[in-house]
Amino acid sequence: MTATNPASSNRSASSLAARAVGPAAQSSPTDALRRSRRMVQRPAQFWVGLAIILFILVVAVFAEQLAPHDYTKQTLTMAMRPPAWMEGGDWSYPLGTDRLGRDLLSRLMVGARVSTAVGVFSVLLGGAIGIVLGMTAGYFGGWADRIITRLMDIQLSFPPVFLAIAIIAALGQSLTNLIVVLGLVSWVQYARVTRGQTLSLRGQEFVLAAQAIGVGTGRLLLRHLLPSVLPPLAVIATVNMSAMILNEAALSFLGLGVQPPTPAWGSMVAEGRAVMSVAWWNAVFPGAAIALFVIGGNLMGDGLTRRRR
Amino acid sequence: MRCAMSDYLVRRVQHLFWVLLAVSILVFLLIHLSGDPVRLLAPLDATPEDVERIRALYGLDQPLIVQYWRFLLNALQGDLGESFRYNQPALGMVLQKLPATIRLALFSLALTIVLGIPLGVWAGTRPNSAGDWVVSVLTFVGISIPSFWLGIMLILIFADRWRVLPSSGDATWRHMILPGITLSVYSIGLISRLVRSTLIETMQQDYVRTARAKGLPERLVLYRHALRNTMIPTVTVLGLQLGGLLGGSVVVESVFAWPGVGWLMLQGIQNRDLPLVRAVVLVIGLAFVIINFAVDLIYTRLDPRIRLDK
Repeated sequence: MTATNPASSNRSASSLAARAVGPAAQSSPTDALRRSRRMVQRPAQFWVGLAIILFILVVAVFAEQLAPHDYTKQTLTMAMRPPAWMEGGDWSYPLGTDRLGRDLLSRLMVGARVSTAVGVFSVLLGGAIGIVLGMTAGYFGGWADRIITRLMDIQLSFPPVFLAIAIIAALGQSLTNLIVVLGLVSWVQYARVTRGQTLSLRGQEFVLAAQAIGVGTGRLLLRHLLPSVLPPLAVIATVNMSAMILNEAALSFLGLGVQPPTPAWGSMVAEGRAVMSVAWWNAVFPGAAIALFVIGGNLMGDGLTRRRR
Repeated sequence: MRCAMSDYLVRRVQHLFWVLLAVSILVFLLIHLSGDPVRLLAPLDATPEDVERIRALYGLDQPLIVQYWRFLLNALQGDLGESFRYNQPALGMVLQKLPATIRLALFSLALTIVLGIPLGVWAGTRPNSAGDWVVSVLTFVGISIPSFWLGIMLILIFADRWRVLPSSGDATWRHMILPGITLSVYSIGLISRLVRSTLIETMQQDYVRTARAKGLPERLVLYRHALRNTMIPTVTVLGLQLGGLLGGSVVVESVFAWPGVGWLMLQGIQNRDLPLVRAVVLVIGLAFVIINFAVDLIYTRLDPRIRLDK
């Protein structure tokens, strides 16, 4: 990745950007070839993980179309029906019903929305904060670096879930608060890697060349450095998404997540727990859904880190 | 050498100071994040005059910086205010519940050491075998499932169906089994994965090859040379996990109605009892900071190459 003139550095930077953004972005045929070879080299667990994540994303987006019932519709005569394959079960309620006679499968599908929304947006927020602070620290150095490094150390000295619980308890419960708080407690990992990358790139020729022809600082950071900073963050983002989904589920379980009637997997486990001894499926399936989602993310992250072996 | 060490200590203590300052500011602000704190205190039908009186009584009419200074002075003297609901000193209530939380965290840490390390060593000494694969899958699931759900599943099986273990409270040592397992599954997975990968890496080092070449039995190569070096990162992560176990106790304590600080914090949250929540956050935060500090020092003892490099 060495480039001697600004024009070529620009090109190589944008190809890196294309790599980071994915197949949708513009790129030359050789880039595409190289990329497809690399894709094939990824271990199987990456693909399994990706399939799980995509499956849950599709379910979340089309939840209302896919769900067999209205997730809010209560049919008290159908309360606590067991899953279809058990005695007393009924295929119109494949996974059974809760104590209000709501279809569990439909609620699970709609509940996927909270998990995916929190997973995706809190990672984006945490990533954005981390990239901005990490680049600032790495590129400008000096007192900015000292303050930001100090902030990172402080943030790392506190258990994130605990912090999230405390802040949400004070702020109040909502989807926005969940995303903001989880984003705010997770920026450090991105900032660390970004800072390190920026530091090591700062002295490279393509950056010096860009500086020499008078490229403005903002443009330099955005067009020249950012594309090289993004790829290593992908692994962190994938694994972090799993962590965020787990955190959201825990907060929802404690009653600090999205409020009823909107279903979230964590709060469904809490509701299911109350009727567990007579209707175990209400507690088991939502938790299994969380586990599946997290396993998907972790498999993907694992696959990404093992790419080069 | 001595000088480097004391330099390092000074830097660590400086760091400790900043962290404590940040924790105190956060904990102070917590009560203001909820909007006007007086609204939490005043009865719903309070007249505007009453509201102002309460505001003045608690010093909430002062500028934030003055309030913070007062809070800090009081906190340094062990006064974290009174619980809104129970009208008892909040710190006392937390300290009273702290032993239960520490007991559970230490038990989970013990489980992590006793199960996680041998599992990792076992898998790491036979990489890519069937046994290694099974351990990999199990530990992978272990770090991926939500702890509250695992706890509920354990209750469903062992307390509800088989009725062999109690599901809530802390009356006997048997009450500690299910919450202990629930809390430690994640760290067992984490530690055994770490030990496995570190051990595999260590076994490829030159000094291991030398030890083998001089005819040392494999068992001694493992125990005398490889394992010792594997333990350096392991001890660090174990120490950090103890902090994590304290933090994770909120969820697990709520599942098993374990009467510790996590459970107390949830009570505080449900009652909008912010001084109580604040006291729990401060105590757990302090514990976490102190544990991190201790781990740092142990780390430098174990591995003299490590210093706070800048």
